[in-house]
Amino acid sequence: MNEVRSVTGAATSAATTHRRTRITVRGMALGDFVLQNGTLLIVIAVLALIAGVFWVVLASSMPTIHQFGWQFLTNQAFDPDHNSFGVGPAIFGTIVTSVFALVFAAPLGIGAAVFLVEFCPRRARTSLAFFTDLLATVPSVVFGLWGFLVLAPWMQHSGEPWLKLHLGFLPFFVGTPRGVGLLTAGMILTVMILPLVIAIAREVMQIVPNEQREALLALGATRWEVVRYAILPFARVGITGGVILALGRALGETIAVTLVIGNQANKISPDLFATGYTLPSVIANQFGEATPGLFRSAVIEAGLILIVMTLIVNVLARLLIARMGRHHRVGGLVA
Amino acid sequence: MSTPLPFAAPQTAATTRRAVVNGVAIAFTTSASLFAIAVFLVIILYVLGQGGQYINLDFFTQLSPPPGQSGGGVGPAIQGSFVLLGLASLFGIPLGLFAGIYLAEFGRTSNFATIVRFFIDVLTGIPTIIFGLFAWVLIVVPSHSFSAYAGGVALGIIMIPIVTRTTEEILRLVPTELREAALALGVPEWRTLLQVILPSVSRGLITGLLLALTRIAGETAPLLLTAFGNSFWNDGLNHAIDALPLRIYNFAQSPFPVQVHQAYAGAFVLIILLVLTSFGVRLATGGFRQSVR
Repeated sequence: MNEVRSVTGAATSAATTHRRTRITVRGMALGDFVLQNGTLLIVIAVLALIAGVFWVVLASSMPTIHQFGWQFLTNQAFDPDHNSFGVGPAIFGTIVTSVFALVFAAPLGIGAAVFLVEFCPRRARTSLAFFTDLLATVPSVVFGLWGFLVLAPWMQHSGEPWLKLHLGFLPFFVGTPRGVGLLTAGMILTVMILPLVIAIAREVMQIVPNEQREALLALGATRWEVVRYAILPFARVGITGGVILALGRALGETIAVTLVIGNQANKISPDLFATGYTLPSVIANQFGEATPGLFRSAVIEAGLILIVMTLIVNVLARLLIARMGRHHRVGGLVA
Repeated sequence: MSTPLPFAAPQTAATTRRAVVNGVAIAFTTSASLFAIAVFLVIILYVLGQGGQYINLDFFTQLSPPPGQSGGGVGPAIQGSFVLLGLASLFGIPLGLFAGIYLAEFGRTSNFATIVRFFIDVLTGIPTIIFGLFAWVLIVVPSHSFSAYAGGVALGIIMIPIVTRTTEEILRLVPTELREAALALGVPEWRTLLQVILPSVSRGLITGLLLALTRIAGETAPLLLTAFGNSFWNDGLNHAIDALPLRIYNFAQSPFPVQVHQAYAGAFVLIILLVLTSFGVRLATGGFRQSVR
């Protein structure tokens, strides 16, 4: 209330100090004209900057695009000595680790969100929600540090040998336990995208009108049936969008993955113990040595492919989330 | 159970099954949240516990010791982080702020504004290493030198969508009556905006900027290709510069225990910074919403 009063005060003083100006441009006061068109210019500058990012990356990838064409996507060598470049293993590693993360983070995250929105005691709800939102902002280098120094050694000595012993009949757990590799990278990614899935699923479910819940409860439904028949059908599109958004995050995660994936390309196989590369980790590892010419262009084209992949995933996610209603910009600050 | 209420539904196999499904669902979702929270507590508390032991004044002010010796700190990284945040703010805040003002005040529901919003949302989804790559190609490669400028540009681009979005959302919370009151008094639109609307949401705007700064304070990937890192004090914005996340990344892989300890201490600082701003922002926005609505 105080704030409103002081602001009305400001309005009055603004009115009294304002000299009536005669300068107009196209029927607008000069100030209005400057403000409106000035901010419009800034918006155009931002759009130009976005276009510039795409353009610079595309233009600088041209040497390898001309040289290798589509083979760049499948070639398994990244060999500066023989000028043979390709990102087959990196695309494979990117997809395997991200899909791995999604397979585990999606059910866990949606389950946790259902609990937070529908089942959690009211008193704990806000603080738990605050905590999960906080986790979405923990920098990836922190996860990388922990993954490299704690998780990877543990996986090498306990986790992977255990999996090999008990699940070794599966083609996923057959190689030499190294600690670093696709499996550890996938696990770190799972942890990292989990808060994002929780946050978006939670936001979407909160949009569901309370009448829906009450109507179903009045019919004698159990709490789960309310979720199953009133909440999830309503929120499904938005939750799917959120999960895809999390996939986009996983595809582009650089630092944590680079620290735990081993950065050594292997023959493409279902073995999750194998070390590998992802597109971002190729960039992070190779740019330092990248000599001008094909080598540099190859590093940049890895970025180009990453942009294309994340762009497709993000546009899809945004369209799905937008269908949840124009008035709710779901995703807030974490997305 | 012994004396069923007259209006209670009869217990049949179907109702029992429904009750069991209900119980299983609640048990699964509860354990999913507990699991998620436990995993994070394990990670965060471990890093905090390791890092907390090595925090002292030297950590913030001294150079890191030569390999094999103890003591010292990550002074250049602290210096560099401040410099980079400053440069990024110079670049990202004006662009983000004014773009947000345009969207909230002039664009509103126009098709152009919808398209702009879409692209800005897309910008948040682009992996941050891409902006590092962009600044690397555009600034580092032509100038043959890693630089604070390049790092600032890369981080600044990351700030833009965050600042734009919070600015727009906050401006939309301002009640129409406030605007109408000023306009009715004959104040032109631009003065209404600058002297009435913006001051009334200043706390929210600062919150948005803080969130953006916290976000980029922990960014590592784009700095790898631009600021690169530097073990010594930075001696010019067109030279390589260190940053706390970069230092953590490099020291995490170090064979020397002292450096690994300092990596943990750096992560400790980042997490504490994050928790403090999150709490601050929560307090500020809580108060903010109450006073506006």
